[in-house]
Amino acid sequence: MKKEITPLDERIMAEIQISIPMTRRPFATIAEKLGLAEEEVIAKIREYGAKKYYRRFGATLRHQKAGFTANGMGVWSVPEETERERLGELLANRAEVSHAYERPSFPDWPYHLFTMIHGESEQEVLEIAKRMSEETGIKNYGVLFSTREFKKTSMMYFGQRPVADGKK
Amino acid sequence: MDDTDRKILNVIQTRFPVTAEPYEAIGAEIGISGDDAFNRVKTLFDTGIIRRLGASFDSRGLGWTSTLCAMSVPEEKIESVASVVGRYPGVTHNYQRDHKYNLWFTLIAPDEEEVDRILREIGRDSGHGPVRDMPMLKKFKIKVDFKFKETGGAED
Repeated sequence: MKKEITPLDERIMAEIQISIPMTRRPFATIAEKLGLAEEEVIAKIREYGAKKYYRRFGATLRHQKAGFTANGMGVWSVPEETERERLGELLANRAEVSHAYERPSFPDWPYHLFTMIHGESEQEVLEIAKRMSEETGIKNYGVLFSTREFKKTSMMYFGQRPVADGKK
Repeated sequence: MDDTDRKILNVIQTRFPVTAEPYEAIGAEIGISGDDAFNRVKTLFDTGIIRRLGASFDSRGLGWTSTLCAMSVPEEKIESVASVVGRYPGVTHNYQRDHKYNLWFTLIAPDEEEVDRILREIGRDSGHGPVRDMPMLKKFKIKVDFKFKETGGAED
């Protein structure tokens, strides 16, 4: 474990990594369980946010059934290293793109930029990718659809084992 | 789910108040009582519209490391290799995709040495190594939005 994360921090973080208790004073409920003061728990959780240990403290919703049912991983070949930043930003700009990253390429994997593209159907995702290609001038690209999901869980950083929250 | 519920969700999706009386704060923000806010959130949680309510820890923020990995596996072996991969608690997503690289997974571990060790082990135990390790080099966007479902391909 890196950073200055103490056993006390781990115990508090274990209580908030999935869901806080459904009580009117959830941080008091956590404090009581851990034998701490409510103010201490609140101060610690705020501190973790300030230190960027977590990106967000909030609700995660069940997938919406309607609309945006298809998603594809768009992969883009940009051999010119100096062009990747500009083209990555351009690809990321589109509202249909939720994630955009640069990753390493390999001799048999010539793609450098990765984007998750969302649409109402696979056909629509392919059409969006085509427009992205035209917009950026990137000709060598691919769209990979997932055909099967073997595992989907939330990471358990602290204590306990992971709990599957998707189909196995 | 009515408009008030949607207002609540819009607030607490982005930022649930870390205060002694969070539901009073949520109620005050959208103009309802703390009791009403609490009862509505509890119903949204109990009915499963809210899947979880807590911190989304950031592997990098915690000083951990994360990566996206790909393997090329014969179609008839994919289930058994996927089960080898899925044994690791740090593997949070594991998907089949329509490409020569057909098995993709995300891996989170305390440090790079542990990532390397796990990937070597998966390569050896599955008989279909090496595993392609594709850590993020640069992030252009992570968007959390109502209308988007969660996806693979984002390892943190």
